[in-house]
Amino acid sequence: MDNIARSLAMIVGEAYFSNQPEETYFYARDPGLMPPHKPDYVVIPKCVEEIQEIVRVASREKIPIVPMGAGLALTGLIIPLKGGIVIDMKRMNRILKVNEKARHVIVEGGTSQGFLKAYLEKNYPRLRHSIPDSPATATIAANVMIHGQGRLTQQYGFNSDMIAGLEVVLASGEVCKIGSCTVSPDWFSKGAPLPDLSGLFLGWFGATGIITKVAVKLYPKKKMRDVEIFITDREDLVPDMVYELTHTEMVEDINIFSQPKPMIFKDNHHIAIFITGDTDEELEFKRKTAWYSLDRFIKSKDGGFMGVPPVMKPTLLEMPQRSVSRFADVKKGGGFEYSGPIIMVEKYPECARKIVELAKKYDLGYSGMARIIGRSHAMMYGFAFTFNRADPDMMDRTREALREVSEFALEAGGVFWKATVEEQQMAIEKMDPNTLGLMKMIKENLDPNGILNPGNWEVI
Amino acid sequence: MIALKYDENLCKTCPTGDCLVKCQYLDVDKKAAVEEMVKIGQGADSFVLQDCVTCYACEEYCKRGNHPFYLITEKREEKGILTSPRAITQQWVHIGEPQGKYRLGDIKERVLSFGFMPEFLQWVKGKLFEDVMPSFIFGQEFFCNVVYIHFANTSIIKERLPRIVDNIRKLGVKEVVFVHDECYAAFAHLAPAYGIEVPFKSVHYFEYLYNRLKALKELIRPVNVRVAYQRPCSSRLSSDQHHFVADIMELIGVDLVQREYQDDNALCCGGIYAMAFGYDLAHDVQKRNIDDMVEHGAQYCVFNCPACQSAIGDKVAKKGIKPIHLIHLCRMAIGELGEQEGGC
Amino acid sequence: MKYADIVHRCFRCGYCKFTGDYTDFNCPTYRKFRFETYSPGGRMWLIRAWLNGEIKNSNRFQEILFSCATCANCVEHCVFTFSEDLVNIFISAREEMVNDGIIPPPVRDFLKNININGNPYKEPASERGKWAEETSVETYKDQEYLLYIGCVGSYDERGKKIARAVGNLLVKAGVSIGILGDRETCDGNEVRTIGEAGLFQFLAEQNIALFRDLGIKKIITLDPHSFNTFKKDYPALAGEFDVWHYTQILAPLIQSGKSPLKEFHEKITYHDPCYLGRHNGEYIAPRNILKAIPGVEFVEMDRNRENSFCCGGGGGNFFTDILGGGEDSPGRIRVREALDTGAGVMAVACPQCAKMLDDAVKIEQLDDRLKVMDVAEIVINCLS
Repeated sequence: MDNIARSLAMIVGEAYFSNQPEETYFYARDPGLMPPHKPDYVVIPKCVEEIQEIVRVASREKIPIVPMGAGLALTGLIIPLKGGIVIDMKRMNRILKVNEKARHVIVEGGTSQGFLKAYLEKNYPRLRHSIPDSPATATIAANVMIHGQGRLTQQYGFNSDMIAGLEVVLASGEVCKIGSCTVSPDWFSKGAPLPDLSGLFLGWFGATGIITKVAVKLYPKKKMRDVEIFITDREDLVPDMVYELTHTEMVEDINIFSQPKPMIFKDNHHIAIFITGDTDEELEFKRKTAWYSLDRFIKSKDGGFMGVPPVMKPTLLEMPQRSVSRFADVKKGGGFEYSGPIIMVEKYPECARKIVELAKKYDLGYSGMARIIGRSHAMMYGFAFTFNRADPDMMDRTREALREVSEFALEAGGVFWKATVEEQQMAIEKMDPNTLGLMKMIKENLDPNGILNPGNWEVI
Repeated sequence: MIALKYDENLCKTCPTGDCLVKCQYLDVDKKAAVEEMVKIGQGADSFVLQDCVTCYACEEYCKRGNHPFYLITEKREEKGILTSPRAITQQWVHIGEPQGKYRLGDIKERVLSFGFMPEFLQWVKGKLFEDVMPSFIFGQEFFCNVVYIHFANTSIIKERLPRIVDNIRKLGVKEVVFVHDECYAAFAHLAPAYGIEVPFKSVHYFEYLYNRLKALKELIRPVNVRVAYQRPCSSRLSSDQHHFVADIMELIGVDLVQREYQDDNALCCGGIYAMAFGYDLAHDVQKRNIDDMVEHGAQYCVFNCPACQSAIGDKVAKKGIKPIHLIHLCRMAIGELGEQEGGC
Repeated sequence: MKYADIVHRCFRCGYCKFTGDYTDFNCPTYRKFRFETYSPGGRMWLIRAWLNGEIKNSNRFQEILFSCATCANCVEHCVFTFSEDLVNIFISAREEMVNDGIIPPPVRDFLKNININGNPYKEPASERGKWAEETSVETYKDQEYLLYIGCVGSYDERGKKIARAVGNLLVKAGVSIGILGDRETCDGNEVRTIGEAGLFQFLAEQNIALFRDLGIKKIITLDPHSFNTFKKDYPALAGEFDVWHYTQILAPLIQSGKSPLKEFHEKITYHDPCYLGRHNGEYIAPRNILKAIPGVEFVEMDRNRENSFCCGGGGGNFFTDILGGGEDSPGRIRVREALDTGAGVMAVACPQCAKMLDDAVKIEQLDDRLKVMDVAEIVINCLS
């Protein structure tokens, strides 16, 4: 064992340290299409103090550190581009404290979406968080850190908008509190009324610090939940339909999808509208309001509410929706990646036409998936392709299609979400130079030795 | 060429105009009824072509066999008058498209047809069916396609139905017991109306169940519940079979409540209305129908059609009425299902 | 390797690690080791890498593969259509390694002992039926059922106690049973899951021939592992028998009330054995027995039925201990979970679970607070 290995093994314990081929193989990859890069070491710490020590070793030895949740961003964010130490955060999975009346929960940096959901259901059944549809193993902190979206995004914004504070470990090994918790014992805000420092860490993919705690805002959980699907053959009307729906302020979540299979979905655009209520009357009132808001489209025959087959409803109402993960096996190959730029809702028709064009050009299975952010303030449009991991040609074609998506998205005024390294560089090239200068200054100051997930947001 | 057998003179000389007079959605007297139907037959415009909600009932109301609803549908299609939003129609056309994913049991000369209703794959079990099962057919290749008359699209029926007939014929089948009411209607009512030959005998599962129950009479224990019957739209096309509902209920000791919306005056489940027209009509029809069941003390709502059961099963349950398919009720009667197990 | 054409289909989404409701990590090796490589998704990706020559068989690779307890939590919770093959895939990989002869020493020793002695305990075959001395259980002649004991019940001290309880109980309940005694040999379930397909086939065919010769048609098993292999694997080798786990025979007898039971005032929780529960879908019979005992307050652990957390003994680990001990070993976690229910008795229906959990209770120093008892042991104590 080399000295670094010995130091790391002493910090986390030998059982939670590895530099074996099995771990370096697995942790070099994620389930997406990015090329692998092997780490030198993989460690699984139990507490923030261990992370601090790991960071100090890395800083001293100038080795890269890459924090990892479940690796489900699919865009290679946890792949150690320059080797070094991968820190698997998932052993730090405690739920630390719930403040029911203030509706927030503090969790550790490796706590999974599934844990929190199950914990709240059992102990605080009137509270919920904004859960994404990535698999339940995805971590809260990583999802927040990449500006993920979830079931409450249409109401309250990105999942990163719904946090009430952070604890981070800096490249120096120091622990820093971010938000109201830095002055008050209470975690009720990620920044306001102080200068909001959360932006130094959110969206940076671990390149400025490691999130070891996050306070997540919780929201009322109603007893009942249902879904309606409004379908249209006119993609150009979708933005107007969404506008009317968001005007009602009655809807929990709005997801739009279009895909060629199964046959029930062919050729149409589907607006899945989720509603919640504590009573039948509340639920029915919201349902009626949503239906009425789209009535003019029904009258003009431009859209209608489909009958949701009984077997489909439970699948759609699951949280997280396991069917989203099943998309990976459409080509019997376990592969799924999507580019999901954040973009204006009015661009929906262009995006919807683009994915069909690309799927045809590159002969790929696809699903166009959009989630509305805020009251039509923006949307995440996911150009999702499914591929067979054992078919290198299909994987290449998928990469090409995604490359074209990236170019298209930028031209259409979109901003890359959980950008791959290539997309990061494309964004950097297009970015306002002063903004870029600011990013460079932040990165250089927070990570002078360039050890925090290097290769990401690298501004040259 | 497949064409509807319609006789203009039958409408012109109609003594009642019942097709539109009895319509639950239009307010029309006999004179206007005859006038409008004649106009429609001649290819002229009529408010009926806009306002008809596709409940199928006029096919039953017309005692002259002149197919008023099929005519309305033909003319709507000719004129490009949509009933439903385009996307809904498109979706249903896709759903019915044969995919090569059909299922065949152990095919004999007599088969049970499940159409394209996957529920029947789970529900059709037990002694009642053991003289035919496991001889069954299921899939879009055996789908009756009648539903497209809701969508003002008879072209697709003319295109697909002959192929469906052929698919069944090719299996060497001589008799088909249709478990889906609308499938029976396709071959026993719609096909003849369009001059499509059907080279096998069509039996409605009501008749089949009634005969099986009689054969298994010693197993029957009266179920002793008060039930409301939810009559599907397709039953208007198989009205000669409707009497079996009361016959079966009597045989199995069930009190079929007499209510306002029954028989001729039955209200459909409203499932299509919701997709086609929006919130109000569907909910009004469903509310009146279910309130009627509650008012008359129904404990169960017995369904004939799984689509009706999807549309309002939950709603009747919320009113304390147990949704249950006729098959399950009959299985309960012969002791194969407990009260907890019957139903969707 | 069989299934080589589907190992690439794993999305490493991780649903396989969890219970169905995400309350906890439920894959015993992932829960203990915490490296992704020790999860089912990790195994799938590593098997593919190994088949492609990107990694080699090593001590660590062997630990990863042979620590799997074959508990089938992944089969239960993986969201993909190939989920039903997951455990079979891991067994196939083990078969390749056994064929190559590159396996951990405890695995090698286990197989050697079975080969030589017909049991993993290195005990003579002549000792196999000794547990039945001073019980009312007779040798099989032409009784209605063969009571098949298995290696653990025949040779392990804890297992033998359970065998006596089950045997005596069934006799008392009037069930017509006989045992093979020293003619009994290993059922082969662990041999199969460890990857020695050839030896498994040999053992199975030997058993099938013996059962046929004796005219055996109906078998009651003590051990769910035997139950599993007789039901699932023997038919393919022309060994078709009607097979029950003893709780399935006992439950209707207890519920009928024909054998009145004394009261047992105790809070009892039940641990679903993987090979009775997830593998074979039997969750009701043992519960019905326990709930029928007057005075018992039955409580469920959070992780029950399809979400039961494995004791860590399956996949050969009962003998090879590759999964190993430690604070995060599944057995110790499980007994802590039982304690959390407030129960004073943790009921089991498998001698391997009984021993694993007994040991865990001792290490956790819970002897005075939690007792691990087989269902038969509980019932026989209550017979009036």
